[in-house]
Amino acid sequence: MNPVATPAAPHAPHTSHLEPGEGQPGTVREHHDHHELGFLRKWIFSVDHKVIGLQFLFSGLVFLALGGLMAMAIRYQLAWPWRPMPGLSWMFPATGGAITPEFYTMLFTMHGTIMIFFVMIPLLTGAFGNFLIPLMIGAPDMAFPKLNMFGYWTMVPAFFFILLGFFVEGGHAAGGWTSYPPLSTIEAAAPGSLSGQTCWLMGLTWVGVSSMMGAVNYVTTIVKMRAPGLTMMRLPLSIWGLMITSLLQLFALPVLTAASIMQLLDRVLNTGFFTPTNLLVNNLTPDSFAYGSEAAAAGGQPLLWQHLFWFYSHPAVYILVLPAMGFTSDILAIHARKPIFGYKPMVYSMSAIAGLGFIVWGHHMFTSGMNPALGMTFMVSTIMIALPSAIKVFNWLGTLWGGRIHLRTPMLFACAFVSMFIIGGLSGIWMAATPVDIYIHDTYIVVAHFHYVVFAGSLFAIFAAIYHWFPKMFGRLMNETVGKIHFVGSFIFTNMTFYMMHQLGVAGLMRRTADPYAYDVYAHLQPINEFITISAFCMFAWQIFFVLNFFHSMFWGKRVGRNPWKAASLEWDAPSPPGHGNFDHQLEVYRGAYEFGSPEVEEDYIPQTRKI
Amino acid sequence: MRYLFTLLLFLVPALGVWTFVEADRWQLWFPENVSSFGGEIDGLFNLIMYMVAFTFVITEVALAWFVFKYSAKNDTKGAFTHGSHKLEMIWTAIPAVALLFIAFSQMSTWAKIKFEGNFPKDGQYTREKPIAEVWASQFDWRIRYPGDDGVLGTVDDLERSWEFVVPVNTDVVFNLRTRDVIHSFFVPEFRLKQDALPGHTIPMWFNAQKEGVYDLVCAELCGWGHYKMSGRVTVVSKEEFEKRMSEIKAEWFSNGKELGE
Repeated sequence: MNPVATPAAPHAPHTSHLEPGEGQPGTVREHHDHHELGFLRKWIFSVDHKVIGLQFLFSGLVFLALGGLMAMAIRYQLAWPWRPMPGLSWMFPATGGAITPEFYTMLFTMHGTIMIFFVMIPLLTGAFGNFLIPLMIGAPDMAFPKLNMFGYWTMVPAFFFILLGFFVEGGHAAGGWTSYPPLSTIEAAAPGSLSGQTCWLMGLTWVGVSSMMGAVNYVTTIVKMRAPGLTMMRLPLSIWGLMITSLLQLFALPVLTAASIMQLLDRVLNTGFFTPTNLLVNNLTPDSFAYGSEAAAAGGQPLLWQHLFWFYSHPAVYILVLPAMGFTSDILAIHARKPIFGYKPMVYSMSAIAGLGFIVWGHHMFTSGMNPALGMTFMVSTIMIALPSAIKVFNWLGTLWGGRIHLRTPMLFACAFVSMFIIGGLSGIWMAATPVDIYIHDTYIVVAHFHYVVFAGSLFAIFAAIYHWFPKMFGRLMNETVGKIHFVGSFIFTNMTFYMMHQLGVAGLMRRTADPYAYDVYAHLQPINEFITISAFCMFAWQIFFVLNFFHSMFWGKRVGRNPWKAASLEWDAPSPPGHGNFDHQLEVYRGAYEFGSPEVEEDYIPQTRKI
Repeated sequence: MRYLFTLLLFLVPALGVWTFVEADRWQLWFPENVSSFGGEIDGLFNLIMYMVAFTFVITEVALAWFVFKYSAKNDTKGAFTHGSHKLEMIWTAIPAVALLFIAFSQMSTWAKIKFEGNFPKDGQYTREKPIAEVWASQFDWRIRYPGDDGVLGTVDDLERSWEFVVPVNTDVVFNLRTRDVIHSFFVPEFRLKQDALPGHTIPMWFNAQKEGVYDLVCAELCGWGHYKMSGRVTVVSKEEFEKRMSEIKAEWFSNGKELGE
């Protein structure tokens, strides 16, 4: 059955008995004649990977706006602590509209949680993983279309719980997105540790289930459903990025899901995985903890949660960046009209990042009270992970070198990804160095670091990917002029927002403090925070250009044909947008996805499917 | 247009380096270091900073330059190459050596600060006889001194909230504990940070080399009042330290009347 092993084999016999969506790998699905589906079957309960991808895309963008609004409130408080927010007096009648300290802790907790688990992971793997994988490997759909649908629909209880938390007594979870016990497990420790934390854990568990189903599907599809002739080493790097990401999720996510169920048990069934004995929280002895018995605090280990959490959440950082690296590689090569420089080193370095990613989680715990000898080993593995990242940067530069670069919007965002990833990657070396980390741990330099990787890096790559694959999604181009305006403003304001956080961190400013200026040592940092806040507001407001462009182009954008960018990979062989079943002709792959500027042919590219 | 985009990409390294150069003048740099090992940490930070700055400038300028130089002006084809094994070897080997150098250069300082085997042994305060126990709880700091017998956990222990008084130029060894959730003991001027872990007693040490009052910051989220969980470390001369200890003792054992309250 493996199409790769027998590329020259005659294609599968006529398979008219198959259900729609189930064809032999690499062949055209038979029933692509359109018996009209109702609205519900077509857009809501769809088994079509493209529709599911768009569902993830739209819900991800909605949560992006929500998480962004929270970031604005956080920035407001940091620039002007306790000043009433215009228009928010209905929310905080007691303070006349000023944020309360417990609300502030909830804000940054939910900002992190939503951005990571409800925006970046669903956008990268859910939206683009779903949309691109079958198209780029020449398959009619995912290996398990119904599991795929189920993967999106298990996000619905996740949405429900994560939104429900905002309306329960005490507010949503407020223990940080890391939810360290005992702050998160003991009700008396924080208002958000009442029911909010339970909602948080339920939401996360459902996200985990959804991602696992997605990952199984992606790996199976990539391994089993490639078009004839499409060997693994001919795959576009986007697919490699998504494949490695899915493997990371398969190995790491069960640990987080188990850990969050354990914390859930600690909270509702009074088990004692993470809560030690003899605590005195809020002047309450364990006997009087709201959940009753002494078992609520029975010989647990807070560090155990940190190990389990970071065993997933450090690989999760690579889950957040590997697909982005893949998209960037593809977009750079296509718009620079140049083959990827060092395709195999790119694949190997992505694999190395993923492999090393499993043995570096302890660098989040250098100051946690973990045995300092472990700090040494985690430092060496963490510093060495900079090596494959550096190789990737050099290869991206090599791809641009000698190219014929077209500075279209997707290309601009992809170049910005490289530029910003360099910053985020390099600042990581400080954090990996244990003695330096003693000082900078949990300061703003860490905030700068991960925002440069995840916001200025991965989110810019997502923008690049949206601009790049928009014609395939909707059959129309996004407006170039507005796209460039969106790029210029986003690039400038993003750097104005995040760059000076490095220096704030060197000055020792702690993250997660509602009013840092109460400390003498931080009092002089308020003006720079004001500058950052105003930049952040501008950056947020600037996204209106993206929103308008996105929706306007969806309906009124310029219509384009199959291959507006003259790209070589398979998805551009399908109609724009592709119908149910994707391809309208037989695919046969003869080469890799990056044959640009080849002297063999007159044009400057050779599609993967062209036989010479 | 390519001028604009090249300029944007070029501004990243230009302004990036400039802000780091000027940071000290804008008071956006390390607070004054007063601990014995803080200088080493600053030195290691700077070592990494110079190596990072070098890589940062080279790669960012190359990116901006390539975008400028290779922007399409006509329909000629780009260079047709799939890579270079030799270049890959070079840019794997050189960063590997540099990164290993960074990793190994950090180890001795880390071991000196954190390994219990390397804690000061010769002074008045040691792992066995710490100067005090620092207790964190929502949202304050309490410092428990061992009193006259020098043993913690006995009836003559003295307790003082908020302020940790220590002698100058002395190896100060103390224990960090918490009553409730995780907190973190952070004194920016000492370059010292350590989480307080429920159920654990964590030994720490420092040697403050300048008298003064320093902010003690809680550096791990500990609840709604995290932002105001401040304390202070007061570094005084050895004579003054003895005086302060007897004051603390008088206050702790007073019935309130003697102090005229």
